[in-house]
Amino acid sequence: MNDRKTIELVTVIAESVLEKSLSKDIEGLGARGYTIQDVRGKGARGYRAGEWNESSNIQIEILCDEAVARAIENHLHQTYFHNYGMIIYTGKVSVMRSDKFSKI
Amino acid sequence: MSDPIILFFIFGFLASLLKSDLKLPPQIYDLLSIVLLLTIGMKGGVELAKQPFIELVPQLFVVLLIGFILPLLLFPVLKYLGKFNRDDAASIAAHYGSVSVGTFAVAIAYMNSMDIVFEEYVSVFVVILEIPAIIVGILLARGIRKDMPWGKIGHEIFLGKGVVLLIGGLIIGWIAGPDGVTKIKPLFFDLFSGILALFLLEMGLITARQLGSLRSYGPFLVLFGVITPVCLSLIGISVGLLLGLSVGGASILGTLTASASYIAVPAAMRISVPGANPTLSLSASLGVTFPFNVLVGIPLYYLIAKQLNTIL
Repeated sequence: MNDRKTIELVTVIAESVLEKSLSKDIEGLGARGYTIQDVRGKGARGYRAGEWNESSNIQIEILCDEAVARAIENHLHQTYFHNYGMIIYTGKVSVMRSDKFSKI
Repeated sequence: MSDPIILFFIFGFLASLLKSDLKLPPQIYDLLSIVLLLTIGMKGGVELAKQPFIELVPQLFVVLLIGFILPLLLFPVLKYLGKFNRDDAASIAAHYGSVSVGTFAVAIAYMNSMDIVFEEYVSVFVVILEIPAIIVGILLARGIRKDMPWGKIGHEIFLGKGVVLLIGGLIIGWIAGPDGVTKIKPLFFDLFSGILALFLLEMGLITARQLGSLRSYGPFLVLFGVITPVCLSLIGISVGLLLGLSVGGASILGTLTASASYIAVPAAMRISVPGANPTLSLSASLGVTFPFNVLVGIPLYYLIAKQLNTIL
């Protein structure tokens, strides 16, 4: 399998309460899928220990085309940055079976 | 105070205060809440199976009404006396208008340990009181607007984990009836106090962690967190006695009106009123009102109910 290709990895760290609406938004913007994990850590809003719902965070990883990545960034910025704790970072990664991740 | 369940709470509180690394794994905490919620639901359901539902309808209607009125009473106090902005005032009002299942479970355990008789169907009140305050809180914060995503909000309110488990347990208990549930009695009913003790251990840990943020919000929240439950308990107790509940039943209704939500309402408010600061309402309800009710409130409400019963 030599179909290695460089695409975008978008990583979002956000409050757990947003899981449902974020996953819906991300799919709606053209991502083919995503991976979600429960995470904990410390930042502007203090230590988020992740012991129970109100103090827990999720990390969402999305592999997608550049256009979709920018759309996700813009949408999340406009919709959630003002009121919610959220971190977004992106980078280029090399993936196998790249056709799994491009917009249909 | 010497009740081991309460001692577990104090133990958790102290352990966290002393910065012990003790904590329950989140999955265990989830399981404990699931068992508690299902058991409370089933207890109510089993009682409903014993008597004609129609006779309870007037009582349930009055309790539902209380659920809508409480946040409306609290909102102006928070906005004008507490000087909170509209979103924060609405969110805190919703937290205090709704109920805490943990506090309710401790009240049940207290009544059982003191051999105080109460109407077992009071569990139904928990379900009824959980929801209205959320709706009122959202309306207070955002007004009646056409673009409200009611579908999403409704899903959050009615299909939130807590409400689903309570109603699920209620229906299971109702259908199975007193004889049907004997098979599952060892896990759900016999272990209730032990599970509650573990749950309160974690609650103690969580409560102590709210103290830091309380310090930064000043004395109003602390006073509000202590005075509000006592005032609201008077409403619950009086209404309970007027509705013909026993002293035990009225104390439990008083405990419910006195308690403040820390699970269902925070989640719903975070989604529906994102401008409200979640730390404010949580530190008041978890850091002040929950421990107050568990340690002082419940026995106090029982005493008040006993006194009021002689007058009313």
